[in-house]
Amino acid sequence: MAETKKLSIIAFSGDFDKLTAVFTLATGAAAVGYEVNLFFTFWGLDAIKIKQGRSFVGGNWLTKIFGFMMGGLHVTPTSRFNFCGAGPKIFRSLMRKNNVATLEELVEAAKVLGINFYACEMAMHVLGLKKEDFIPEVKDVLGVASFLKIADGGQTLFI
Amino acid sequence: MATKTLDITKEHCPMTFVKTKIELSKLNKGDILEVLLTEGEPLDNVPRNAVDQGYNVLSVEHVEGPVHKVTIQK
Repeated sequence: MAETKKLSIIAFSGDFDKLTAVFTLATGAAAVGYEVNLFFTFWGLDAIKIKQGRSFVGGNWLTKIFGFMMGGLHVTPTSRFNFCGAGPKIFRSLMRKNNVATLEELVEAAKVLGINFYACEMAMHVLGLKKEDFIPEVKDVLGVASFLKIADGGQTLFI
Repeated sequence: MATKTLDITKEHCPMTFVKTKIELSKLNKGDILEVLLTEGEPLDNVPRNAVDQGYNVLSVEHVEGPVHKVTIQK
């Protein structure tokens, strides 16, 4: 077997459609034998919160309100055609109808495939989020230098 | 030595090969996985990825219409 290939994705967006792209690429790559690293930062952190709906997670009153407005995986908006939150529901139903994996199914597959989840230390600090606010699959909290070291020698994407 | 069957004829990318990979990971060495899939991307990629990852592709048979059966040994 050839040496392990590696894909590292910086998941910056908290949009439903862009997160779907992140997890489609990630699970597909892991399934064909790539080592996959996902580095969640800023809005992307919404995807790995334990509370997948809206909840007041955060350090102070301002970040708690941000936390509520941003929400988790189940309430991520689409980047286009959001229709005040109806968009993701419409897309989820279209995906189900056409037997395409939904975002939640892709995230579950990513966990089973042993994809590495990392959270951005700086963005967590700004948003008042702690490692305990995230799903246990989040392996570590990293800064740029550590992420670059992990991604070194592979392909890197920013979504 | 166990034999399992996986039907991915209704799945799309990336779940076709994601489900195959997950199913293979549950098997013991020597076990057989029969994968039912359709021609096009799944037929082109599932057997090739299995070989790339060190598994044995024992056979690729045409079942009917677009459906094929790929037999993989772990």
